[in-house]
Amino acid sequence: MKKSHLEILVGVLVIVLLVVATLVIVPSGGDGEEGWGGADGGAAEMIDETGYIPWFNSIWAPPSGEIESLFFCIQTAIGAIIIGYFFGYWNASAKARRGKQEEE
Amino acid sequence: MHIMEGYLPIGWCIFWAVLSAPFVIYGIWKMTKMIQEDRRVLPLMAVCGAFVFVLSALKIPSVTGSCSHPTGTGLSAAFFGPFITSVLGTIVLLFQALLLAHGGLTTLGANVFSMAIAGPFIAWLVFVGLRKTGKVGIGLAVFITAAVANLVTYTVTSLQLALVFPVDGSILNAFIAFAGIFAITQIPLAIIEGIICGLVAKYIVRVKPEILKKLGIIQDEEIAKIQGEAV
Repeated sequence: MKKSHLEILVGVLVIVLLVVATLVIVPSGGDGEEGWGGADGGAAEMIDETGYIPWFNSIWAPPSGEIESLFFCIQTAIGAIIIGYFFGYWNASAKARRGKQEEE
Repeated sequence: MHIMEGYLPIGWCIFWAVLSAPFVIYGIWKMTKMIQEDRRVLPLMAVCGAFVFVLSALKIPSVTGSCSHPTGTGLSAAFFGPFITSVLGTIVLLFQALLLAHGGLTTLGANVFSMAIAGPFIAWLVFVGLRKTGKVGIGLAVFITAAVANLVTYTVTSLQLALVFPVDGSILNAFIAFAGIFAITQIPLAIIEGIICGLVAKYIVRVKPEILKKLGIIQDEEIAKIQGEAV
């Protein structure tokens, strides 16, 4: 196996193991639906306990969790399509360059 | 690391916004100049920005039983430095503040400072320092850079909140409490982010080394070595 492929395989395995091990070993930070909440919300809760009242609310918030996930997906998709486009383009031009050199 | 809308008093909102603005403005100027000089950097810049988009949208479960997300700014910090990264980070934070109610317009200055300025700035110093030694390969250097950008971002967020909400009158106690929520959650995420960015950096060296060479990130010798690994 090429060294470059091995590196990628090991990297991906470590990432998957980290996430899976976390989910299996660590007890969830809350009960049922509340478990695995966002750390941002955790900090906000801690601030709420001090009696602080936010003085400004978001001008627009996604009306439901589904719509929120829609926008998160759009955010990821915008990024992923740009990365995929240029990686494919660069990879193909690198291959074409190598092919030409071999012909010569 | 998003400080939610309205959770900072107005004085602090203005303070962080004023502190962040010069970085972002200088970043926009630098970005425009760089693109005008050589349009070939544009694709790499777009890919770095895209990484901030993707990684900051992924919420990953962590050791503290809660979820948090990487920042994705490490790659851009290593390749383009902190100022251009601050522009890319600000775009993402605006998107999330307006469409997702994550973070907010009033806290934008503070969030830009932690995610798009402080994290990338320190990470960039680390990257330049590591590469100056000549002994650290690009993959490992970017791995460390991305992890540092991630951890510094969340440390700064903890500090920003601790300054405003001391626990029992102590900023230090508050910092420890907020860092308990943020920083520890981030450690495994920093490793994950580091692995992704390190692998991606090496991939870019394999398929498109010219841009990185032009940016002074890498020399011919190392390019040949990394490309040799793929044969």
